[in-house]
Amino acid sequence: MNVTTNTRAQRMSFWEKLYLPEIAKGLALTFKTMFKPKLTRQYPEERWEPLGSYRGRPVLVLEEEGERCVACGLCSRVCPALAIEVQAGETEREKERYPVKFEINMLRCIYCGLCEEVCPEEAIVMSKDYDIVFHSQEEAIFGKDKLLVPIARLQERLEFLRQYK
Amino acid sequence: MSSLTLTLIKGAIALNFALVVAAALVYLERRISAWIQYRIGPNRVGPFGLLQPLADVLKLYTKEDIVPYNANKAFHRLAPIISIAVALAVLCVITPASYILLEDGTKLFIAVAPNVNVGFLLILALTSIGVYGITLAGWSSNNKYSLLGGLRSSAQMISYELAMGLAAVAVLMLSESLDMYQIIASQANGRWNIFFQPIGFLIFLVASFAETNRAPFDLPEAEPELVGGYHTEYSGMKFGLFYLAEYANMFTASAVMTTLYLGGYDVPFLPSLLGLQEGTLARVLFELAIFFGKVSVLLFLFIWVRWTLPRFRYDQLMNLGWRVLLPLGLANIIITGAIVFFVR
Repeated sequence: MNVTTNTRAQRMSFWEKLYLPEIAKGLALTFKTMFKPKLTRQYPEERWEPLGSYRGRPVLVLEEEGERCVACGLCSRVCPALAIEVQAGETEREKERYPVKFEINMLRCIYCGLCEEVCPEEAIVMSKDYDIVFHSQEEAIFGKDKLLVPIARLQERLEFLRQYK
Repeated sequence: MSSLTLTLIKGAIALNFALVVAAALVYLERRISAWIQYRIGPNRVGPFGLLQPLADVLKLYTKEDIVPYNANKAFHRLAPIISIAVALAVLCVITPASYILLEDGTKLFIAVAPNVNVGFLLILALTSIGVYGITLAGWSSNNKYSLLGGLRSSAQMISYELAMGLAAVAVLMLSESLDMYQIIASQANGRWNIFFQPIGFLIFLVASFAETNRAPFDLPEAEPELVGGYHTEYSGMKFGLFYLAEYANMFTASAVMTTLYLGGYDVPFLPSLLGLQEGTLARVLFELAIFFGKVSVLLFLFIWVRWTLPRFRYDQLMNLGWRVLLPLGLANIIITGAIVFFVR
């Protein structure tokens, strides 16, 4: 028979059965805890700085001569949430093509990072922005004005990609 | 000033004071629970977050009041009013300080209803009515979880009221009076009942936790099993009244315990050391400070225990009430009776 009996050590002693000393122990513990340092981060003032590996809002890399993007449309095609819309146009620059319109619907974006992975030019990367808010659905569609970020601010992510991608 | 207007003024002060204390307790509860859990707690609204309860009440007032379609409307509305009214009514016999001797030789008592010769009996009677508030709330909501919460509550409160009454009987044997003023007077100069009745105090304390539906005895609202218990179907300020009633109950329970066991506003030697004459305003203020100091220690205990102990199981609750506290209370009465009979 699969019966286990309590050993003497497992049984509660008289004082344990009385509860009160155990309650006092618990109260002492919580009282001590009250004066320990707090773990809370005071969010809007104290911000968390993510590492390079963090997948925040996708952004377009902006170099000195303009955006890197060549409007190949791979990101838009791979996007599982159908959040990206790209319209290509011609430019005098060496790369010949550029996005006339580049929009990401941030209500659809699932931050999977596939756009970044598929990009042949390393032109779309995941940034560290994590608090993305808007007041309307129209506002949630980010155009080029919001997406282009100077390359200097994306160095950490680009380094991470070079190392691990 | 006629005695009626005087009583009304004192009553208004007591009511407002109790409601402010209840609101402050909500803030303290959240703050202390946060500290115990390595958190900070509400600290945004006003300095140190002190205006948080005000914001909470404002929110509750502006919320939609939803009454279930099949609820018994009259009782559904009545239940929270009973709860809060009973919690506040008990305050009338609480004696937080003695009296001020007026120029014409009459005594101005600080208690709203001074020298009620059935004072403590009144408290027991009123707190018993409190069960109706919760039971009616559970029943009139027409929701099985509410009903279960209400049933549990009535069973729990009736069981623990018994132990509470028995513990108090031993105190009344020592004070030989039901008048709150006399009970405090009998404990003068540090002869507090807690030293003569440690077991009685313990029984009364545990029973008070159960009576106020506080953890570890908060089975009537046990949220993991009963959604919210008796107040599941309440919203807006009706829910707010239940919430305030819980804290007002805590306040009155602490005040009653202070009166019965901690010597009320008595503190040995200090008044005479400070040269405070009985009947002066300074003495009364000093006594108020002492009384509410003791009350706040007990209130802190209420909050502290809630965030330390897990909830009782229902059978454990009944076991503790009927098989431990009740016999203990009876034994306490017999022993106290014997000692009083043979020693005095």
